[in-house]
Amino acid sequence: MNDVAAYRRTLRLYTLGLVLAVLLTAVSFAVVGLTALNGPGLWWVLYGCGALQVMVHFRCFLHISLARSHRHDLWLLLFSGLIIALMVGGTFWVLLSQMARMGG
Amino acid sequence: MSPRHLHPGLNHPRSPEAEQAEVGSSVFGFWIFLMSDALVFALLFAVYGTQVHATGSGPHPAQVVNLPSALLQTGLLLASSYTFGLASLALKFKAERPGLASAWLCVTLLLGLAFLGAEVHDLVDLYQRGAAPQRSGFLSALHTLVCMHGLHVATGCLWLLVMLVQIRVMGLASEVTSRLMRLALFWHFLDIIWVGIFTVVYLQGARL
Repeated sequence: MNDVAAYRRTLRLYTLGLVLAVLLTAVSFAVVGLTALNGPGLWWVLYGCGALQVMVHFRCFLHISLARSHRHDLWLLLFSGLIIALMVGGTFWVLLSQMARMGG
Repeated sequence: MSPRHLHPGLNHPRSPEAEQAEVGSSVFGFWIFLMSDALVFALLFAVYGTQVHATGSGPHPAQVVNLPSALLQTGLLLASSYTFGLASLALKFKAERPGLASAWLCVTLLLGLAFLGAEVHDLVDLYQRGAAPQRSGFLSALHTLVCMHGLHVATGCLWLLVMLVQIRVMGLASEVTSRLMRLALFWHFLDIIWVGIFTVVYLQGARL
């Protein structure tokens, strides 16, 4: 029946989310714990894995996708992302500039 | 069958259309709350970012971070997110067996409590090593961010407990299912915030 197929599809989505999240977490902890990388490369891998994992969680656990019926949720998410970028970016801009002007 | 998605998280297409629309709007309202909560966390991250070098006479980030404990907490919270997913699945597809959903919710609650236990143990350890919140700007920001998340998880655990009682008393009535859908969003959302915390605070801190 359709229900059985839908059940399996959704279970696969959650399990895919778990597997990807475990892999990304493992890479993040490994590059820091094993001191395998240094300098900018480390930060790129670390923040890249973090950003990817956030997307995996949104897609697999919260079921946010680009499909038409999801649009309101996605718009709200993108709008919140914009506000967050403005406020967080602004905080860093103002405070770091102030610290620099105060000499440390 | 083309399932219509009316709100974030797992939808229940088998309930009547009108009821589903009502559940959809309340879940969407909760989604709006979660986005404003995300803003609060984002600004706490920003405060942490501006304070991370303000260590004063206190310990530096690398001296504060306990990586094995951070890994343990990450595993517990991720596992609890998955078991909540299994509970949502049981609610949607095995509604004739409320015991199954309750069982997965109990597992989720235990994992959540284990996470809180590990986190409290970590914070007490910091306090005993002289890394109390009042020591430096860095430590104030760290404790505010981590405790804010922990407080959310504790609230989630309390909510889970209330829902377990409601399932027992009321069965899987439509209000109960709708509340559980919102709790699922809340729980998965907290795991997303945790991804930010272990990346920015623990992993980055270990190398600063």
